[in-house]
Amino acid sequence: MTATPANQEVSLGMPQLPAPDYPADVRARLDADAKEVVARYPDSRSALLPLLHLVQSQEGYVTRTGVRFCAETLGLTTAEVTAVSTFYSMYRRKPGGDYQVGVCTNTLCAVMGGDAIFDELKQHLGVGNNETTEDGSVTLEHIECNAACDFAPVVMVNWEFFDDQTPESAKRLVDDLRAGRPVRPTRGAPLCTYKETARILAGFPDERPGAVEATGGAGPASLIGLKLAKGETPQHRVVHPRAETPHDGPPHDPSPSEHLSSHDAPQQTSASDPAHPAGPETEEGE
Amino acid sequence: MTLAAEINETSPEKLLSPVLSAFWDEPGSWTLDTYRRHEGYEGLRKALAMSPDDLIAYVKDSGLRGRGGAGFPTGMKWQFIPQGDGKPHYLVVNADESEPGTCKDIPLLFANPHSLIEGIVIACYAIRSNHAFIYLRGEVVPVLRRLHEAVREAYAAGYLGENILGSGLDLELTVHAGAGAYICGEETALLDSLEGRRGQPRLRPPFPAVAGLYACPTVVNNVESIASVPAILNKGKDWFRSMGSEKSPGFTLYSLSGHVTSPGQYEAPLGITLRQLLDMSGGIRAGHRLKFWTPGGSSTPMFTDEHLDVPLDYEGVGAAGSMLGTKALQCFDETTCVVRAVTRWTEFYAHESCGKCTPCREGTYWLVQLLRDIEAGKGRMSDLDKLNDIADNINGKSFCALGDGAASPIFSSLKYFRAEYEQHITGKGCPFDPAKSTVWADKPAHPTEVNA
Repeated sequence: MTATPANQEVSLGMPQLPAPDYPADVRARLDADAKEVVARYPDSRSALLPLLHLVQSQEGYVTRTGVRFCAETLGLTTAEVTAVSTFYSMYRRKPGGDYQVGVCTNTLCAVMGGDAIFDELKQHLGVGNNETTEDGSVTLEHIECNAACDFAPVVMVNWEFFDDQTPESAKRLVDDLRAGRPVRPTRGAPLCTYKETARILAGFPDERPGAVEATGGAGPASLIGLKLAKGETPQHRVVHPRAETPHDGPPHDPSPSEHLSSHDAPQQTSASDPAHPAGPETEEGE
Repeated sequence: MTLAAEINETSPEKLLSPVLSAFWDEPGSWTLDTYRRHEGYEGLRKALAMSPDDLIAYVKDSGLRGRGGAGFPTGMKWQFIPQGDGKPHYLVVNADESEPGTCKDIPLLFANPHSLIEGIVIACYAIRSNHAFIYLRGEVVPVLRRLHEAVREAYAAGYLGENILGSGLDLELTVHAGAGAYICGEETALLDSLEGRRGQPRLRPPFPAVAGLYACPTVVNNVESIASVPAILNKGKDWFRSMGSEKSPGFTLYSLSGHVTSPGQYEAPLGITLRQLLDMSGGIRAGHRLKFWTPGGSSTPMFTDEHLDVPLDYEGVGAAGSMLGTKALQCFDETTCVVRAVTRWTEFYAHESCGKCTPCREGTYWLVQLLRDIEAGKGRMSDLDKLNDIADNINGKSFCALGDGAASPIFSSLKYFRAEYEQHITGKGCPFDPAKSTVWADKPAHPTEVNA
């Protein structure tokens, strides 16, 4: 089974042999997790979506071994499991990077700059849609509306929010990811890997201290109506280059350690764009 | 005095009514402690003091209507659940928010998840359910974290689990993360997905109230609908009815996005207008004017600047030829190409069509082909009628509303902007510069130019 997954999908020859099982220790651990997942539902089959997230937490994508595991756990055929796993876009069908970078290119984000961000990232990373950088760190894809239109343009990394992005901030973001520098979303917890995220999606709470609290309450856009109702003048999102920062708190002044990669970006751009520092302007208040 | 009164009538303090969002700005707004400081779980105590039937009648009398798009009365949905049938009953909360433009449930759950949990307990007491599910779209892990934590807190405090607050009600609540499929926001597709299947809509009848999850009586409600219930119980149905109109009472979250000065969440009584929202929040971005907007996501027919004074409630928007939907007010200014916008939405519907019904599966595909050609300057005049014709063959001819949603932007954009389509065809290309629409377009040092 050394053929590439892409080849496996179009194989027209002999039926494949059954997928190998996980090593015994892995299987024992996953069996224990699966038991917990199945127990949440009156009917075991309801556990299939979480179990597919669980197998992604093991291997980073849905392998044939993972499909077999789900089928055996739930008393389904591998065909039934595959039919489900291929329906949903969050299940990877081939190996991917530690960081899934999704740029929203649905209409609103696209118009507000998502298309430009996606194009720049493709060029910057040298990959196309749903492709992974050579170092295996970043998988780039365009995504559909992620329910954050008031923070457009939006980029998601492992399904954490990076709001109000620009091409520059997005490039810094992927540079930081590739260099292994810590990256923090505007809304969400400090990034964990794709596999670790998949485990949370399987229904196992994030145990890292501070993960739930990270980045505080509602984002700035979410609070605009409330502030107006309280008679406060909201700080509008900036359309002029030298206006105040769009969010509460002191103006963000990215320290060199925060964005080591900013030497890549034209200096004048960073300086002229205080409204859109790199995605992670969230360090404030942490 | 008169002047002062007028200012008062149009001031945000007067026009907005934060309820669900009232304490989002407090530290730890998502915690049980903060929620309790704001009378959290008081509505539940009042609900548990009533009989389940009286509770259903009370919510019905309040006039609360579904906030997920269709506007069906919430209390009536609960009343449809047959009682004494010996089957388990289920409540499934639709937190699969993914209608383009819609961004209310996700910030609500991020900042105030306990309002949903309290509403779930109340609803389950009313419909006699012992197991509820929150079907959260998978792509929002920060929200998933907070829901996990809020559910844990609620169990520890006795708001979930056995004999809740001594009422005899036992309730289990499961948080279920989806895996990326817009169609699962359709209630019967959501149920199939929750049963571990491909998310494809079911033929109705039977309706979920009779045969829903595991073929048992099931209520499927939107997050905001359920989260609004505790306040109704706590402050009373008359208080709720004092807001909005007779047929569309209460408060709701309006989500303003796009080319506006202050995109964000605005909680107001139903019936506020886009003009009022824009007036209080700085309007369309400086130097530009409104071109088109959606009242409730991309599936609701678009409006133009003629519709700024349409009351944003179920009847008002309906009478103006669209739908209130999810109150996702996506605003686009004159720099935006309507053909580009509609093409992108149509690509979305083609991508998200589950493939079950032929008109939707095939129709959305062909719409995309035609639209891409038109956008690229390769269209013909006859294509415009063909677009209309294909949309007509999708609209109302599929199991679920996805097909209708795909037809909406086609019909409405052809109605208001046919000339712009024609311009693409006669001019053999798009007359707009997408760079001018970006958030950073009006800044002197254009970032992309610097890099080019």
